[in-house]
Amino acid sequence: MIPPAFEYLRPKTIPEAITLLQQHGDDAKILSGGQSLIPMMKLRIARPGYLIDINRISGLSYIKEEAGFLRIGGLTREAELEASPLIRSKYPILIDTAHVIADPQVRNLATVAGNLAHGDPANDHPATMLALDAQVVATGSRGERVIPIEEFFLSLFSTALEPDEILTEIRIPLALPHSGGAYFKLERKVGDFATAAVAAQVTLDSSGSVQKVGIGLTNVGPTPIKVQKAENFLRGKKLDEANIRQVAQLAADDAQPSSDLRGPAEYKKGLIKELAKRALARAAERAGK
Amino acid sequence: MAKKQLITVKVNGREREAAVEPRVLLVHFIRESLQLTGTHIGCDTSHCGACTVVLNGKTVKSCTMFAVQADGAEILTVEGLASSAGELHALQDGFKQEHGLQCGFCTPGMLMSSYALLHNNPHPSEEEIRRGISGNLCRCTGYQNIVGAVQYAAAKMAKAASEASVAEGVAK
Repeated sequence: MIPPAFEYLRPKTIPEAITLLQQHGDDAKILSGGQSLIPMMKLRIARPGYLIDINRISGLSYIKEEAGFLRIGGLTREAELEASPLIRSKYPILIDTAHVIADPQVRNLATVAGNLAHGDPANDHPATMLALDAQVVATGSRGERVIPIEEFFLSLFSTALEPDEILTEIRIPLALPHSGGAYFKLERKVGDFATAAVAAQVTLDSSGSVQKVGIGLTNVGPTPIKVQKAENFLRGKKLDEANIRQVAQLAADDAQPSSDLRGPAEYKKGLIKELAKRALARAAERAGK
Repeated sequence: MAKKQLITVKVNGREREAAVEPRVLLVHFIRESLQLTGTHIGCDTSHCGACTVVLNGKTVKSCTMFAVQADGAEILTVEGLASSAGELHALQDGFKQEHGLQCGFCTPGMLMSSYALLHNNPHPSEEEIRRGISGNLCRCTGYQNIVGAVQYAAAKMAKAASEASVAEGVAK
């Protein structure tokens, strides 16, 4: 399958890329890792007239803790996230997530920011970023603005990014002591989208009660879902078996799966319940260390 | 038709230059423009990994990248594995000795993923090997003999490396 013809543009700086986006508007697409976009172009689901390849823009690939946030650059690849000692030691939920995205070759090119900017509720990082209370930095003609991740996913394949904006950085609050998270995904085979998945992140106080909690769901609705009812229930409580069971039920209640080739809706609700239990138990274990 | 763009790539050590339409996928460029047909097109949907090549040291699916994106890159394809004298790479020898292929269609991609794996991790565990080739599908072997082939190659490369360091020690 050969994609439809397009003009290929390769800016060297972010301002240059934004100018090109302004010139070509809706007919242009940013080419980052390309691992979702190119397959969609082959299938004619996407037919951009212009591809703006941002891969040669320098300074967009980094993972660092700075000024209150873990900062992930707009061009940071999944494979780089997986290989990062900082992520491995302090943000294991991101390792869980990157590990189950597609396969090694795809992860060598695919970017974390692209996984969010694509706006696909079947992608894995959105749920994790919702659990982590992340923010994304959008850079456009009017400069930079920070968007809380909860306000980022509008509908299927649609995000809060304006047509002339590029997602240039992801910001995650620094890992606090006694915090931990986990991502549990069921996939039929390597490289498949999630049948369902749950991301959970908790911070415990000195008595072992939940001080901060975030729970996100993958591929059980038109957007990734942050289950606030479940989060509100858990705040201030212990992560014991009874509470975990209750939170898992609340998470399943908020899931809006549809029946498809990966299974009937009821099955997916049941799956969310089980995966939520496992993710919370692992999160608690990691927070306790 | 979009304007063709001139690109330069170094493929298997040899500098190549060509004008390509932007929509030409890297795999078509490699097979049709460079006439290196060892790299296979399997599923063409980014699943099977038959088209895997090593680009700037990392494996990529050449069906999910445009040739223009590879401008300036160094690419290794299956044709670049054996020595110029025709001596098989340890991995190719391993696939032969351990019966790591049946129909052979996935083999070029398997070899390139295994090559990158051993380059980054010369002594992988069985689990690491299985994870390393998880982006490559094989419908014949059931993978067992492919894992065996990679283990064979890892052992052979380790032995060659230790002999080389002994020889170096003697020379000193």
